[in-house]
Amino acid sequence: MAENKKTRLYIIPLLAFLGLAILLGIGLTLNPKELPSALINKQAPDFNLPLLNLSTEQVQATTFSPTQYLGKRWILNVWASWCPSCRYEHPLFNQIASNTSIPLVGLNYKDKPEDASQWLAERGNPYNAIPSDINGDIGIEWGVYGAPETFVIDEQGHIIYRHAGPINARILEQEIAPLFPTLNALFNNKP
Amino acid sequence: MQNHARSMNTLLNKTLTAPFVYLSFMAGLALFTLTGPVYAVVEIAEFSQPEYEARYKELIAELRCPKCQNQNLLDSDAPIAEDLRRKTRSLINQGKTNEQVKAFMLDRYGDFVLYKPRFTAATAFLWLGPFVLLLLIIVLLVRKIKHKQEQEMFLPSQANDEATRIKVRNLMSNTPSLNRDNSESDNSTPNK
Repeated sequence: MAENKKTRLYIIPLLAFLGLAILLGIGLTLNPKELPSALINKQAPDFNLPLLNLSTEQVQATTFSPTQYLGKRWILNVWASWCPSCRYEHPLFNQIASNTSIPLVGLNYKDKPEDASQWLAERGNPYNAIPSDINGDIGIEWGVYGAPETFVIDEQGHIIYRHAGPINARILEQEIAPLFPTLNALFNNKP
Repeated sequence: MQNHARSMNTLLNKTLTAPFVYLSFMAGLALFTLTGPVYAVVEIAEFSQPEYEARYKELIAELRCPKCQNQNLLDSDAPIAEDLRRKTRSLINQGKTNEQVKAFMLDRYGDFVLYKPRFTAATAFLWLGPFVLLLLIIVLLVRKIKHKQEQEMFLPSQANDEATRIKVRNLMSNTPSLNRDNSESDNSTPNK
């Protein structure tokens, strides 16, 4: 009896320590920069922005609004010519554009239109539309806190995916491709 | 000889301290000029009503910059913090209440933007945890103290060794409420 009590007394701090260690361990391995988006599964915020001149799809006059893509599943990429990591992820968007017909919208965030045009002329333009958010107000509506960020919007106009920071091949294959059958097929056909 | 040594010493001191004073002065100056730009965030904040400014200051101190890990909008130089300060100003000038401004930020940036988290199912543990812990500790402590008191009260009276028994008897005889065997103890003390 007394022995039991003694071991119990010793085990309690050990258990408390283990519990705390596990909790802190989980906390340490989480990426503090990966903020959960407040907009997931919500209606994508609407906007109506002037388009950059060189966009390839100038159907609806000279502005772009997400309502134009209702019924389609599309990608919104927030980018800027001043953003170094945008350079890093840009080839992946070029690849999506040349291999699939997924609508790509490049929200040009807090940029000078002439710098943006120059940047795309040098690196290729994968975007179907390039709305220009010069003062970043639309960025705030979308909960953007820096470029680059990538959103996927579904047929009903809901945001179903958001990635803050540059995408890479792994994120494209494991997180974005499963949302698009054509993109997924592309990855699965590769050995 | 001694005199000579002293004058050598002062000379040495002078030659050494002069550059030292100069250097520390320069270092101080450098520090002063270096700290200057920290306060370089100067924005012209205009409000249509004087009370708005106080509310603005309160809000940007309480709202967290989403790009930075641990800075509020007030302290941050990040471009997004600047934008959100501008947004906060414009919302206040539109006549929005503090709660409405916070709700606006919350809808777009999530719980992260509030330094004081809301009370929800997910944050209940955060808010109530310390009180639950405190309560638990109090309950355990009270139980332990009670148990110990009981032990202290009863164990010596049940003690097997003679020394403790005598101690207990003496204690009881000296306690007024318990001195049933007063006469006995009187008898035991040597008569004058």
